[in-house]
Amino acid sequence: MLHDIGYRDWDDLFRDIPAETRLKGRLDLPAGKSEAEVARIMERTADKNRVFHTVFRGGGAYRHYVPAAVNAVAGKEEFSTAYTPYQAEISQGILQSIFEYQTMICELTGMDVSNASLYDGASAAAEACAMTADRKRSVIYVSETVNPRILEVVKTYSFGRDMDVKIVPSADGATDTAALQEMLGQDPAAACFLMQYPNYFGIIKNADEISSIVHAAKAQLVMSVNPIALGILKTPGEIGADVVCGEGQPLGLGLAYGGPYLGILAATKKNMRKMVGRYVGETVDSQGKRGFVLTLQAREQHIRREKASSNVCSNEALCALKASVYMAAVGPAGIRKVAELCTSKAHYLADGLADAGLKPAHSGQPFFHEFVTECKDPSALLSTLQDKGILGGLPISDHEILWCTTELNTKEEMNELIETVKEVLA
Amino acid sequence: MKLIFERSVPGRGQKIFPSCDVEVKLPDVPMRASAPRLPEISENELDRHYTALAKEARGVNDGFYPLGSCTMKYNPYVNEAIANQKGFTDIHPLQPADTVEGCTEVIDTLEKYLCEITGMDHMTFQPAAGAQGEFTGLLTIKAYFRDKGDLNRNEIIIPDSAHGTNPASAAMAGFKVVEIKSNEKGMIDLDDLKSKLSDKTAGLMLTNPNTVGIFDENITEITRLVHEAGGLCYYDGANLNAVIGIVRPGDIGFDIIHLNLHKTFSTPHGGGGPGSGPCGCKDFLRDFLPGERAVGTGADAHYEHALKSIGSLTAFHGNFLIMVRALSYLQINGGDGIPELAHNAVLNANYIMEKLKDIYPMAYDRICMHEFVMGLEKFHKEDNVSALDVAKALLDFGIHPPTMYFPLIVDEALMVEPTETETRETLDNAIAAFRQIYEEIVKAPAAVTASPQTTPIKRLDEVLAARHPVLRYNFEQ
Repeated sequence: MLHDIGYRDWDDLFRDIPAETRLKGRLDLPAGKSEAEVARIMERTADKNRVFHTVFRGGGAYRHYVPAAVNAVAGKEEFSTAYTPYQAEISQGILQSIFEYQTMICELTGMDVSNASLYDGASAAAEACAMTADRKRSVIYVSETVNPRILEVVKTYSFGRDMDVKIVPSADGATDTAALQEMLGQDPAAACFLMQYPNYFGIIKNADEISSIVHAAKAQLVMSVNPIALGILKTPGEIGADVVCGEGQPLGLGLAYGGPYLGILAATKKNMRKMVGRYVGETVDSQGKRGFVLTLQAREQHIRREKASSNVCSNEALCALKASVYMAAVGPAGIRKVAELCTSKAHYLADGLADAGLKPAHSGQPFFHEFVTECKDPSALLSTLQDKGILGGLPISDHEILWCTTELNTKEEMNELIETVKEVLA
Repeated sequence: MKLIFERSVPGRGQKIFPSCDVEVKLPDVPMRASAPRLPEISENELDRHYTALAKEARGVNDGFYPLGSCTMKYNPYVNEAIANQKGFTDIHPLQPADTVEGCTEVIDTLEKYLCEITGMDHMTFQPAAGAQGEFTGLLTIKAYFRDKGDLNRNEIIIPDSAHGTNPASAAMAGFKVVEIKSNEKGMIDLDDLKSKLSDKTAGLMLTNPNTVGIFDENITEITRLVHEAGGLCYYDGANLNAVIGIVRPGDIGFDIIHLNLHKTFSTPHGGGGPGSGPCGCKDFLRDFLPGERAVGTGADAHYEHALKSIGSLTAFHGNFLIMVRALSYLQINGGDGIPELAHNAVLNANYIMEKLKDIYPMAYDRICMHEFVMGLEKFHKEDNVSALDVAKALLDFGIHPPTMYFPLIVDEALMVEPTETETRETLDNAIAAFRQIYEEIVKAPAAVTASPQTTPIKRLDEVLAARHPVLRYNFEQ
């Protein structure tokens, strides 16, 4: 081939690259290996990780059951090896699947529009906050009860955009609404208030009151949600949220050491043109047949360049597909059931741990599937649990543990945990 | 085709979850007024729905995908098999560091490979995509100058041929975008660059080879000039496939880079994502990198943050399973195989270009790197056939069209990137398709403008979609 098109050798083909810019010598890397060897090596690498059969840890990533259909469908190579569906005529399958995803997210959140996905829940929160800002209103208020990892990403994005982030304090594990009212009321530059629902400590409280306070201050309400909890909870749409973001990982994505996950981003119709990322819209073809295309692209970087609403290009389309298959497989009854299982078990465990001597940190506050207990020496307790093959709750301070249950935690497992706690504390 | 909601029948569904083995207890808070209208469907129906959708989608596995700047190379099965091991998929991101030593090994080994390939000293894997990698790099530059107390440097210089993400990322990082022109050879106009460098210059963002598939022969002079003006040089790794194993950005003056694991390192694009956009830097920028990394083993294992970190771009450690795939790919290719990727990618691009340049006008008449750009203005003027028409005609040959109307500096552009994983027969078929389309342009242009004819759907009304946005299914209709 090389000679066929008139080149002597590789050097000749690469003659446009100046000699002084080329790598001298060879890459200092191991020689290539066979597929069989690499498969064995990577098997050993995976074996160096510890897979816990019993998990009581959440904190932003949740171990749920993944219906078998999810990975089977997402494994179809027409989906997994495709590019972004810019060529609509041969991409109807992907475009339609995204349109269906957008619809399901709207249904779950009660919002008018959803984008095609973002990177993860934290980056979606950062983009959601930025969507609400303009020249007059550029200060982002964040509840102290938001996951600190989400807060850190919001701050990082805000460092880029030179926007201020202010923290609204909490009282007994929930947003301090009096403080919120005072802070927002005095700041005509307040763009939005970001709250988490359920919050970092698992607590669900005052969402309606917060919505009134935020809107009275003419700011926008951004809610970071757990999509499983929305199987039962009053929706952000019903509460009056302007933008909704969330980590979609609980909808059929594995834990995977943190990624790939799924950034959910939905909004009111009013915010439709401020949306970040791709949209799929319905239209017709030249013969009047229903079809789908990427649309409202004038917001995006490949058209607007430095004036775009965001730089996002690649998203998490395959993860959105997994979430769609998950929601279709479980259906409306299943999403309610999984939410009920998660929260019922958390209530059972909280009672059991309290009896065992781990006092609830926010007694009496309503919670979903996470809750905080006090604990004198979290590391001693957690390492005992680890020895028994249990990944205990997340230590969030030197005297507090954040516990989590999902539908996968059986009564038997929880009783074992409770008994172990009793032994350790005895 | 029916939407999944149109297949739904009330009361149908699947038994996925167990019954509750403890007392059902819900929090005493306001509940949703009605159930979400998710599909109610059997698994059989669900499977048939998605199988039908898959038949109307097109992946690399379906055929030739010469989408310029996207590096749609084949995605080996072994990568998938390795990434799907429970020892990777079932690891909680907040597990103690001593229980994730396999993950740490993946990240550390991948960092070694990629640093050797790029000539960088450190790499963060937190960015989830190329654009987020750019944003990370730019925030790092911003933090670096702030740390030095140099608050004046707020401009990023970007060539007019750059991907749209470059100026968008610079704007998001709070920089003013200063555009520089390309010269008639498709390279940076040095005089224009010199005129725009100043004590306000924070850096230059460059893709090399650039988006017209040309390696800038003045590259060392360019990076020298930027450094002389006090700025930093950012390398966009979108086109690294052309020079991988041959040129290292770190050797030619670049201080900070990002890579696209989903382009150069064979991880699948997933219909738009997930990707992974690691950001690499020289030693002097290390303290600003984002995220946390597990270090050490056994009792010494723990997580560390960089000293003056810009923060975090995603909640945890980035798109880990994408890193696993990239590492498998690198280990199979190895130090000896990696330069061959570039050789064959460049050969394949030049092969198609040579076999088409007698009839298709090339934007630049010279050797290309891994991709080349046609400028079809002549067809548009003389035959009323646009680049879009040619792209759509290719659909009827079972070929995914090249990137259209990019870069912006070439009128009626089609950008072709075959990648190294295609055989000569595939390239010959594509060449034959292009030549047949050309014959039609000359003889019967109406047939070209009426294409595609064989796809399940014809050209779609994009204006209608944008004027009357329908972004979700209407259950009431």
